[in-house]
Amino acid sequence: MAATEQELSAVFEQTIAADQRIEPRDWMPEAYRRTLIRQIAQHAHSEIIGMQPEGNWILRAPSLRRKAILLAKVQDEAGHGMYLYAAAETLGVDRAELTEKLIANKQKYSSIFNYPTLSYADVGVIGWLVDGAAICNQVPLCRCSYGPYARAMIRICKEESFHQRQGYELLLAMVNGTEAQREMVQESTNRFWWPSLMMFGPPDGDSPNTRQSMAWRIKRHTNDELRQRFVDMTVPQSEALGVTLPDPDLRWNEERGHYDFGEPDWDEFKAVISGSGPCNAQRLAHRRRAHENGAWVREAARAYAEKQTAKRTGRVAA
Amino acid sequence: MTERGSWPLYEVFVRGKRGLNHVHVGSLHAADAEMALHNARDLYTRRNEGVSIWVVRAEDITASSPAEKDPFFAPSGDKVYRHPTFYAIPEEVPHL
Repeated sequence: MAATEQELSAVFEQTIAADQRIEPRDWMPEAYRRTLIRQIAQHAHSEIIGMQPEGNWILRAPSLRRKAILLAKVQDEAGHGMYLYAAAETLGVDRAELTEKLIANKQKYSSIFNYPTLSYADVGVIGWLVDGAAICNQVPLCRCSYGPYARAMIRICKEESFHQRQGYELLLAMVNGTEAQREMVQESTNRFWWPSLMMFGPPDGDSPNTRQSMAWRIKRHTNDELRQRFVDMTVPQSEALGVTLPDPDLRWNEERGHYDFGEPDWDEFKAVISGSGPCNAQRLAHRRRAHENGAWVREAARAYAEKQTAKRTGRVAA
Repeated sequence: MTERGSWPLYEVFVRGKRGLNHVHVGSLHAADAEMALHNARDLYTRRNEGVSIWVVRAEDITASSPAEKDPFFAPSGDKVYRHPTFYAIPEEVPHL
């Protein structure tokens, strides 16, 4: 006898309350499914679009060593996108459909990838700050209530550590180099600091989805908690580099046991999220072009596979 | 309503090292099984995570129904005598 929706909902709530994982074929509230699809798709799109700012520098890497590292890193981003699309597909959506939504500008990706990469120091600063912020966001997602998402995040976090460390090492090499190189690192830090803080999303008072996501244990911390954690972790790293973070309000607060810091420009954040960032149009156009240029490859591979099957089974594939 | 060139879904299983079972690690799309193996190598074993890979068309997997409390598993639920702890043995008896 089929269980009523009320009974199913009770089982779902119990599973969440016991801190167990929800798995793909479990009953789940439609809103939970929708929230996860939106979040995982945005996350996957971010990884895929995130290949572009750094991919920009692969052909101009300063040495073979740096080039090999950067290639491996960008390949990882593609891999992370694939893990996440696979996790989203367990919720009943199709990857092709998500890609269509991305290139039709119907689903978003992280605002950070709409900023340009103007020098090789940006490769280092992205590893240090952008991947550092991503790690802060992603580590708690390893305990997300949805099993496939949590498992994808565990794989991703393991690999992100390489991303952050290669970036920091690159910056160390530069700050120990010439005065011009030190200036490049500072200039890049100045550009990426505030956008990195924005990666945690709007302030808690302005983040309508946070409460429900925390109740469902999709999210484990609020945006402001994670932002604070990131600042606290990053300040000592900036000191070790000898780089100044571009915030006059940044100082240690003995009473709170945390760093105080200034408010990001939330108008800029909203503008970039809604399409007016420096590189939004370029990023989407590039992704659209890559998708369209790959169509014949996807079709040819499919046709070849069908032909092989037909040959093997001695009949024409349906 | 799939695109003309869309590829089927494969589930991927990786043996981490000799002596271990293959374990499900995720899924991917590929035009055929051979491409699925290559994609699985590039996607799931970029850092020596595996010594052997299986790929299986997702649609070829037969699965039990999802609920853990499903009656499907009931036959094993009430057979506590299948576990060694069911049997009381005096503590002084060795090696048992």
